[in-house]
Amino acid sequence: MREIRYREALREALMEEMERDGTVFLMGEEVGHYEGAYKVSQGLLAQFGEQRVIDTPIAEAGFAGIGVGAAMTGLRPIIEFMTWNFSFVAFDQIISNAAKIHQMSGGKLTCPMVFRGPNGAAKQVAAQHSHSVDPFYTNIPGLYVVMPATPRDAKGLLKTSIRNDDPVVFLEGETLYNLKGEVPEEDEDELIPLGVARVAREGDGCTVVAWGRPFHNAMEAAEILAKDGIELEVVDPRTLRPLDTDAIVRSVKKTNRCVVVHEHWPYGGPGAEIVDVVQREAFDYLDAPVERVAAWDVPMPYASNLEELVLPTTERVLEAVRAVSYR
Amino acid sequence: MPDPLRDPAPVPVRPGETTGEDPALGLFQVLREDGRARGEWAPDLGAKTLRAMFRHMLRVRLLDERMMMRQRQGKVGFYGAITGQEATPIAAGFALKTQDWVFPALRESAIMLVRGFPLTRYIAQVYGNAGDVLKGRQMPSHMSGRAVNQVAWSSCLGPQLPQAVGAAMAAKHRGDDAVVLGFIGDGATSEPDFHAAMNFAGVFKPPVVLICQNNHWAISVPSEKQTASATFAVKARAYGIPGVRVDGNDVLGTYRVIKEAVLRAREGEGPTFIEAVTYRIGAHSSSDDPTRYRSEEEVEAWRQKDPLQRFERFLRSEGHLDDGLRDSLEAELEAEIKAAITEVEAMPRPATETLFEDVYADVPWHLRAQEDELRAADPPPGHD
Repeated sequence: MREIRYREALREALMEEMERDGTVFLMGEEVGHYEGAYKVSQGLLAQFGEQRVIDTPIAEAGFAGIGVGAAMTGLRPIIEFMTWNFSFVAFDQIISNAAKIHQMSGGKLTCPMVFRGPNGAAKQVAAQHSHSVDPFYTNIPGLYVVMPATPRDAKGLLKTSIRNDDPVVFLEGETLYNLKGEVPEEDEDELIPLGVARVAREGDGCTVVAWGRPFHNAMEAAEILAKDGIELEVVDPRTLRPLDTDAIVRSVKKTNRCVVVHEHWPYGGPGAEIVDVVQREAFDYLDAPVERVAAWDVPMPYASNLEELVLPTTERVLEAVRAVSYR
Repeated sequence: MPDPLRDPAPVPVRPGETTGEDPALGLFQVLREDGRARGEWAPDLGAKTLRAMFRHMLRVRLLDERMMMRQRQGKVGFYGAITGQEATPIAAGFALKTQDWVFPALRESAIMLVRGFPLTRYIAQVYGNAGDVLKGRQMPSHMSGRAVNQVAWSSCLGPQLPQAVGAAMAAKHRGDDAVVLGFIGDGATSEPDFHAAMNFAGVFKPPVVLICQNNHWAISVPSEKQTASATFAVKARAYGIPGVRVDGNDVLGTYRVIKEAVLRAREGEGPTFIEAVTYRIGAHSSSDDPTRYRSEEEVEAWRQKDPLQRFERFLRSEGHLDDGLRDSLEAELEAEIKAAITEVEAMPRPATETLFEDVYADVPWHLRAQEDELRAADPPPGHD
């Protein structure tokens, strides 16, 4: 299979879906002439023109609301946040409007749209620029929340999200844009269903549930532990709402141990949700309490040595797995 | 801010049309307070349309009285009447075509009635029962009707305005000739969404008409404390949009201005911002007591400018209305409203089964599981 970068995979998804469906358009800050702050939208303006690749004034709440209005009246907007940190000023449009319009209109209106952009810490961009927003948006009924860790998932999930009839919060990895990985040929039109986890590596030693950037720490930990004879089963939920709890519980019943690894803060969020499901549905199968590896509960510092301490590392995954394995 | 109605003067709707006075600072008016029309500006409407406008205004006035009464009797949880502000929504309803969209604020639900939304369905939204197309999910006075292209406003003030601009951009994208009306109150012009909507409207020039109903009070905060601008309409200038200030208690004036703005939008000439100067005669909502923050003299002065009475004086002076017609119309409307309320109050409450519907286009597995859990409860919840 060919290898392309995460960024290119996203771009292909946008290209293909915009070619396929004339109601799809992309809107955001610098998505057109500048081709996106992270160059995801490179070439889109040239191909689709200013009517469908729209550079906006700097107003996240504004263009999020523009998108909601367009979605309610029949288009399929893709709203790019330069980073998800900036979505907080558009919170009301996403949470009180996009997520609720279908329900509050008695099912008479739909809001088929994708909010997308980079999520999580980059490098040394400090507290206001390093949020993992997954816990905020996964709390909201009416939203899908998708967070791909690989180029293949990025493309296949974005294509499905664009075709979805409900609003999707699509969380890209700010540090993953350059990541290379296998992606099917363009003519294959691969659609990856929302709400379905992927078992990225099979094993019987311990289940590690991880998504986004820390998924790669989990995979690295699996390589290392294999040498010690511990075979990790790495499960990437890929969609955080709705969550494929069956896949997670199935894996835990097989391995009898579970570690959850995520970049968001430890209080609540999908990390705690997964632990809750596992203790309720696989209690009798557990040989050890479920461990979590999370960011420490502090706003992200700028200093690189401190930032490195905050984020989940492969070393911390290894420690957690050893703890639940009593090794 | 000076008393906007103290020295009313006619001004052109289109900038530079005639008199040279800035339409954002003056006050466009067709009907003087005594009900006489300024002939040169009167819209060309026949007796039938004029009577229909009056009928809709009176219908809403009577309906609001009934609904406030039912709220006081504990039959309805909440209600926000539009008494004193009927002119703008009714005029707006008459200025639109079927394909146009409305993104209202709190006091424009009645546009739906003008555009043919059935009265019983409308009242059912106040009760949130099984006859409510919104399935009991929305607060009263947040009505919407997909059938008449009207969405609901958001309880957080302002979001509907960028949405209106977005819907207009979508119409432009599709290349159809739909126009979108977006409404906001004077208070919510302080919200960031107002700025965003005005700015995007100015930059992208979609077929949208943004209307501020300046009723002088944002619950207890007077409009003077909301802005230091000379008028609300003049704010449009900074966004590169024509701004027009109209007497919002003059149904013919608001009709004329909205109609012109809608025409401009439909012809591709871009957005207009309209300030309709009016007054909230009643409370903000059933949860508010306005005697705590404003004087009876002030309210009484505005009662003298009442849009319904003013229009009635006009219709009588033109020979379109007399005592007999007026009385029979009121009796007919009272009977219609009473019958509709009786019908709605007999409707059952929303079915428990609807609880998990429409959260998503397709019900996901985790909601099915929660539904099963709820059903398994003994005794079954949610039934009377």
